[in-house]
Amino acid sequence: MAYVVERKPLTLPERLYLPQIIAGLRVTLKHLFAPNVTMEYPEQRPPIPTGYRGVPTLVKDPHGREKCVSCQLCEFVCPPKAIRITPGEIPADQPERAHVEKGPQAFDIDMLRCIYCGLCQEVCPEEAIFLQNQYSMSGYTRAEMVNDKAKLYELGGTLPDQHFKWDKKKAAAEHGNAH
Amino acid sequence: MTAVIELWSGLHPLLQAVIKGLAVIGVMFPFGGACSLIERKVSAWMQGRPGPNRALPFWVAWVPGIGFLQRLGVFHLMADGGKMFFKEDPVPGHVNKFYFYLAPVVAMIPALTTVTVVPFGAYLNEAGKLMPLVLANLDVGILAVFAVSSLGVYALILAGWASNSKYPFLGGIRASAQLISYELSMTLSVLPVFLAVNAPGGGGTLSLFNVVEFQSGTWQGFTLASAHGLWFGLTMPVAAIVFLVALFAETNRLPFDMAEGEADLVGGFHTEYGAMKWGLFFVAEYSHMLIGSGVFVLLFLGGWNPLPFVPLSTLAAWLNLADQPLILGLLSIAIFMGKVLFFIFLFMWVRWTVPRFRYDQVMKLGWQKLLPLAIANLLLYAILIAFLQKPVS
Repeated sequence: MAYVVERKPLTLPERLYLPQIIAGLRVTLKHLFAPNVTMEYPEQRPPIPTGYRGVPTLVKDPHGREKCVSCQLCEFVCPPKAIRITPGEIPADQPERAHVEKGPQAFDIDMLRCIYCGLCQEVCPEEAIFLQNQYSMSGYTRAEMVNDKAKLYELGGTLPDQHFKWDKKKAAAEHGNAH
Repeated sequence: MTAVIELWSGLHPLLQAVIKGLAVIGVMFPFGGACSLIERKVSAWMQGRPGPNRALPFWVAWVPGIGFLQRLGVFHLMADGGKMFFKEDPVPGHVNKFYFYLAPVVAMIPALTTVTVVPFGAYLNEAGKLMPLVLANLDVGILAVFAVSSLGVYALILAGWASNSKYPFLGGIRASAQLISYELSMTLSVLPVFLAVNAPGGGGTLSLFNVVEFQSGTWQGFTLASAHGLWFGLTMPVAAIVFLVALFAETNRLPFDMAEGEADLVGGFHTEYGAMKWGLFFVAEYSHMLIGSGVFVLLFLGGWNPLPFVPLSTLAAWLNLADQPLILGLLSIAIFMGKVLFFIFLFMWVRWTVPRFRYDQVMKLGWQKLLPLAIANLLLYAILIAFLQKPVS
């Protein structure tokens, strides 16, 4: 249905325009004394909402063991092919991890390729890779922008989840059931 | 102190004039630069931003409390000025070199010339007579201001034409059309003031100092003589408004900045300019604003008189400053500059309030609204003044 907007003729103060300007000046004057709405960035940081997808990182479990088992699912799912994992054996000098099948020898995420889609986090069966709160990555060279394993663990830290999947598996294996 | 005054009065008058002139220019030029900083800060605050507040030269960083000046962005002034002086000055290949170089000079000269006839303060001499602080107290004061300041438009036309490209050209054309249109109503709005100042039978004058003297009356009961204590802005509000609107147009400030409307003309007449040549245009624009505001304050807001009905001489009597010409002079300059600074602020305040007019609206407002209003106002006051100032016979 056609809707006709009523167009009232301008009133005298509106046609004189000066009262309108003065009303406008009052508004802008109010803004002059209003507090600033901008954030002075490097000193002030915005609050990060939960579920934010920042830089992907690797996390350890609360016992300090690395969770990644180098299954390479994240590498295969990564749309821009930013992740490169070199699978490796669990080193012999770490008997407390001997029951885990594999571990990454090297784990590189090229942050120049990463699109922060979060598929790696979604696909990870071990909950080892998380997109956390860091949002600003910068470097002077391309090589600097590739996060290696040490950097990823440094960024990731430890998440307080209490799954301990591999401990349970070990206990189960010791009790004689295969799974 | 007296030695300094003796040394000063011993100098050749020509040398005195040169020193005074250089002093005024030495104040005007940095002031034009400072206005650009004020502009940036005011616009930032009105938009809810902190504005420029980062620059801090490392050699003063140790001074306690310097952070406050840093927050005010004071050092950005030095940074901006230094950048403007030392950056490369590109000259496009297609410009007409001679006029291209000439335009910023032509912009600066009228801007700094008009200062000479604008009184910016006053003091009482030994005889108790009010003396103006001015470089040249011409009898044709206001005429000189109008004559010289409207030469500034040639700079815009020259810049627009010499740039030899379409946006500056359009900007120059608009500037000339607009300035010519508003010059008319501006001059007409000033006439009633001088009709009032030049009483029939007396010697005629167009001096700005006499206009301020005329507004320096005291309260004398409900008689006509009390009207001298009121400023012209209160007795002739329409003239003041017309003058102020025309002033906005003359100084190319929003909402009348047709000549450099960046939305439709890129940068207008100074599109092809860079570095210090561009900076000169800006200092010239701010100097125009300063002088325009100064003339407005002198004509309509009582110049250096602190309040209506309280002229400077009364204030001097209250503060016992009548025999201290130096202090009184500085005080009068402070009062005058305070009023001028308010108008500078008003220019910026309006800039962030009113959107830019369309070109046809500017022309319509100038020719069809302001000009008839100014003429009607002139006629009204001519009749009124003829009746009120009739010589008693």
